[in-house]
Amino acid sequence: MATTATMHQTKWWSGGKSPFNVEYGKLMMWYFLMSDTFTFGAFLISYGTIRFSQNFWPNPGDVFNTFPFTGEANLPLAFVSLMTFILIMSSVTMVLAVHEGHHGNKKGVVKWLAWTIVGGLAFLSCQAWEWTHMLTGEHPTLINGHIEMIAQTVTHSPWGRHVDQGAILDALKSTSPDVLAKLVYEHNHTMSLAQLTALPHDQLMNMVNISELHIREAGPVAFGGFFFGITGFHGFHVFSGVIVNLIMLIMTNNGVFERRGHYLMIEKAGLYWHFVDLVWVFVFLCFYLI
Amino acid sequence: MSAEQQNVSAEVSFPHEPPTDNVKRIWKTFWILLIITIIELGLGLLIHALDLPDDLTRLLLKGTIIILSLAKAYFIVSIFMHLGDEIRNLILTIVIPLMLFIWFIIAFILDGDSYKHLRNKYDKHFLERTTELPVKKAEQAK
Repeated sequence: MATTATMHQTKWWSGGKSPFNVEYGKLMMWYFLMSDTFTFGAFLISYGTIRFSQNFWPNPGDVFNTFPFTGEANLPLAFVSLMTFILIMSSVTMVLAVHEGHHGNKKGVVKWLAWTIVGGLAFLSCQAWEWTHMLTGEHPTLINGHIEMIAQTVTHSPWGRHVDQGAILDALKSTSPDVLAKLVYEHNHTMSLAQLTALPHDQLMNMVNISELHIREAGPVAFGGFFFGITGFHGFHVFSGVIVNLIMLIMTNNGVFERRGHYLMIEKAGLYWHFVDLVWVFVFLCFYLI
Repeated sequence: MSAEQQNVSAEVSFPHEPPTDNVKRIWKTFWILLIITIIELGLGLLIHALDLPDDLTRLLLKGTIIILSLAKAYFIVSIFMHLGDEIRNLILTIVIPLMLFIWFIIAFILDGDSYKHLRNKYDKHFLERTTELPVKKAEQAK
């Protein structure tokens, strides 16, 4: 091997050695990540194409403004900032695990890999909360001249254009008592929902606090599909990254890499994990920032 | 060319440690990423708070955020993924195919934009139904 390398010292491509100076697995991981970049790129670009073809698109500051345990407080982008921080942090712990691997320090690898897994699970939990909140949080929306309570799903979006007061008054007349009761109940807890629903329609309508009521039309249908599709695909990558890291943790703990003499597998798992962080940079950019 | 000389002298030794790999550099990169993210967030919130119309200021703010994101991507790939420490052959085999994105993004975004203009021109119902109404500001001021 050494003689072959010496013979062809002047040319990387004349055989006898790896022209990339990395082992096969790592090179293939790089190529896989490149192809995955194009997959995510295609998703994000199709989202961009649809956005550019629309006159109206929901403002992320309006859509993503809630934080767990703070009720109805308006905190635009606060929760997603936390998620971003968690992911950057887990990327740092991963690179520290790879660093310990270079020095053959088994204990260090186990420690930092464990923290990376914790970070990944924390991110997934945050995403689960965000999705649940979006899929179940109902907002009053003007649809076909009356108001309905709808959540952000893959087929419906409550984040359309603002509706002016005159149109709201008209819409209330043809809105069902169930929805009117919910609108009243938001600000007025003196009666239960059932009691409110039983009231005469006119009385219920007068109880609705119109000056406090912000109603929107239904938003672009594509918003939900792209949001859940792309963040879901990213979340799936995070999930599989956690599984890969878990396997690496068990293998390290069992001394597999110690016997092998090197921690190259940790480097490859690390590449995948950093890629997940890299994709989030662009998901964060496209859905939350601009 | 120093890179060329480095290539010649390097041997096939996969389990190599990048020469510049140290903990200090990792944490420095972390702080850079964190600060860029905070700036991005500040700009994102600024766009939201100012409630700008679709004008040049808004476009410039968004452009700045995109450039900052690309900077973040560079730091993650170059330092966390150690691509910057690999030899040039490997760097090029990854980076050159990514150049396709230049065409990919421009072509499709322009296509979307052109579709919007065509629809607004020939489908007045679409234009009326989807353009943000001017009442929004006045209503919020009350």
